[in-house]
Amino acid sequence: MRADQILHPTEAGLYCPPGDFHIDPIRPVPRALITHGHGDHARAGHGAVMATRQTLEIMAIRYGADFTETRQVAEGPIRVGDTTVSFHPAGHILGSAQIAVQPDKGPKIVVSGDYCRRPNLVCAPYEPVPCDIFVTEATFGLPVFRHPDPLQEMARLRASMAEFPERQHLIGAYALGKAQRVISLARQAGIDGPIAIHGALQRLCDYHVEQGIDLGELIPATAADVPAQLVIAPPSAFASAWVQRFRDPVIGFASGWMQVRARARQRGVELPLVISDHVDWPQVTQTIRELAPSEVWITHGNEDGLMRWCQLHQIAARPLRLVGYEDEPE
Amino acid sequence: MKAFANLLERLAFTAARNAKLRILRHYLEQTPDPDRGFALAALTGDLKLRAVTPKLLRGLMAERVDEQLFALSYDFVGDLAETIALIWDGDQDDDVPLRDAVALLSDTGRAGLPAAISAMLDRLGPSERLAFLKLATGNMRVGLSARMARMALAEMGDPQVKDLEEIWHGLTPPYQPLFDWIAGGARPEHAAKAPFRPVMLSTPVDLDQLRALDPADHVAEWKWDGIRVQAVNDDGVRRLYSRTGEDISGSFPDVIEALNFDGAVDGELLVRRGANVAPFGDLQKRLGRKVVGKAMLESHPAGLRVYDLMIWQGRDLRDMPHQDRRAILQQADFGSDRIDVSPLLDFATWDDLAALRADPPSIVIEGVMIKRRDSAYVGGRPRGPWFKWKRDPMVIDAVMLYAQRGHGKRSGFYSDFTFGLWDGDVLVPVGKAYFGFTDEELRELDRVVRNNTTERFGPVRSVAPKLVLEVAFEGLNASARHKSGVAMRFPRISRIRWDKPAPEADRLETLKAMIP
Repeated sequence: MRADQILHPTEAGLYCPPGDFHIDPIRPVPRALITHGHGDHARAGHGAVMATRQTLEIMAIRYGADFTETRQVAEGPIRVGDTTVSFHPAGHILGSAQIAVQPDKGPKIVVSGDYCRRPNLVCAPYEPVPCDIFVTEATFGLPVFRHPDPLQEMARLRASMAEFPERQHLIGAYALGKAQRVISLARQAGIDGPIAIHGALQRLCDYHVEQGIDLGELIPATAADVPAQLVIAPPSAFASAWVQRFRDPVIGFASGWMQVRARARQRGVELPLVISDHVDWPQVTQTIRELAPSEVWITHGNEDGLMRWCQLHQIAARPLRLVGYEDEPE
Repeated sequence: MKAFANLLERLAFTAARNAKLRILRHYLEQTPDPDRGFALAALTGDLKLRAVTPKLLRGLMAERVDEQLFALSYDFVGDLAETIALIWDGDQDDDVPLRDAVALLSDTGRAGLPAAISAMLDRLGPSERLAFLKLATGNMRVGLSARMARMALAEMGDPQVKDLEEIWHGLTPPYQPLFDWIAGGARPEHAAKAPFRPVMLSTPVDLDQLRALDPADHVAEWKWDGIRVQAVNDDGVRRLYSRTGEDISGSFPDVIEALNFDGAVDGELLVRRGANVAPFGDLQKRLGRKVVGKAMLESHPAGLRVYDLMIWQGRDLRDMPHQDRRAILQQADFGSDRIDVSPLLDFATWDDLAALRADPPSIVIEGVMIKRRDSAYVGGRPRGPWFKWKRDPMVIDAVMLYAQRGHGKRSGFYSDFTFGLWDGDVLVPVGKAYFGFTDEELRELDRVVRNNTTERFGPVRSVAPKLVLEVAFEGLNASARHKSGVAMRFPRISRIRWDKPAPEADRLETLKAMIP
């Protein structure tokens, strides 16, 4: 069976005919396999969902218990139609997985979803999965993206907090994954006191703690006089009136995009923190070298850069041009 | 270099002036000589280094990175130095002293420059690479004026801003004697001739406040709408300074040539054609130019209208009463018809002066200056001896079109407003204002923006054109750079016209008719 008969893009997302399932579909389908809980990959309303236990629980938290008709925890190899699928850690956020699809006849395809190879205490590390076809994101698929050690970024946060001790530091971070990562990094960097969190982060932070991830003392950021110099909030909160309660805050934002100054300026950020849970350029190119697949498929992001790199290294590659995934969702 | 790179980055992203000052002061306090001096000079544009061209940098990249990948990256990042700093593949991360980078950029010969830059970039981490490249291309863009640098220095020790202004132009990077002085050492001796001396500034006043003063104790003169300057000829060394001590001699060779006197004088820089003083917009065309063409010198000739004498023929007059300085001024020969003396106004009562102010003989007059006859010339803004009584601002009723979120104390509030006027049946943006309103009004404006948003672009929202703002401004220039064809000076929101429907806001032609 040819590779594009095993998996190909459709309007609903990547579809696998021999298994009759979609991976990370962007609209309701009868059977969905989901890599991770971010809103643009994990949507409500499918007939059946297969994902890691943590991704299923996260979807239930976000969409309510009835987000799908039936669900199945992905553990070990599972037969789906005429294929065998297995889920492997992606190192992106809690519960995130790559999905390996092995058809009974034909090449093995690994859909990596969003993945990251930097150590991250809030999730299991990325695991390389040998394959014939590697499906990768290219969010940061340009050679300018070399994300620094996140602890170095935390040192900058601490320096600013020391330089402006009277000002609260409001850091924008996506509610699922990034927020908990920033909190965990802050703890690693020695910020021990209470950290205030926006209400929209509460349930997901609680869930991380239930899963055994130490986030230290978190208090709700309800009023300006909350006794915490560090406040974490989802990016949407910064456009809302919520932020007005703080008197003279330093506004920060944690994202891989903050590496580019124009992006940070567009957001009106005073303290850009380059913290990403996606592979940067060295990581994505190293992963492709390491796995040495016979073909690379690129889902979304800056595919032109990665396509060019594959061409220069004589690796067969093609863009899938999937629509509906955000570069780095907010 | 790590500290310098961090400083540049912090300054680039920090909007609030006080926060910038604190960041700079901490850097200066924590960084050893001579690096902090070189950093200061780099920020204020006083560091003269070999200019590295974009062409040279592109040449370096062509050897290292695939052309297509570089083009894609540059397209995304939008800044050449930043693209190179990010894309440069190096794993060293040395803390190279800033003085070494400065030495490289001032001492390396042309032929050796590409290799030297390449070797330096290999030693640095990404932030330091960017700082080095910005230094090399002479393009700091962190929004720090020499005046702010002096304010930060003034916070570090006893010498005040005006003390620093006075010696500033005698100093050269890396300013070791300056830092020694701030640390408690001796005041640096003046090395340079024709130094800048701190300018005496005035405070605003109105008729009610004037009534408490005796008109007989005061003189008055027109307040011209040019640029307040200090012109110096010290033993043949000629300089023209702005009132904050920036040396603007280079932009005004015609004025420099006319300084055929011995002294330091305080006056207004104006563009003059015969007896006519041209509007501020004409003077603005002459500002900020490194080279002024012959045609510009002929079409926009600059001159000086003198208000006061600070040094005259070897004597420092600043401690004298104003009336005595004035007597010398009226007898002075400036040796050029480009220079004349600002005449005193004839008035007996404040109401006389009010009448004069209401009907000035030139549109380039923006009010009157009132000075105590016994006032010494004191640098800075002492309260009392000198007053400015500006003409009433011009106002126009405009419609709010866009709003942008503010920073710092205005975080989360839409506080920067773009407003427009009717041109036919469309609204054309004519300006932007971000002050003039109270905190309570800011909250109301913010609510209007949030409830009437039609589109969002990052921190900017476009607002349904409903609310009329009365905008006050000090002057108006014709401008080819603005879509509306006009540029307002010093616009602020003077009133929120809750009562006025948007269709009744003013028209663009009304504004254009106000151009002098």
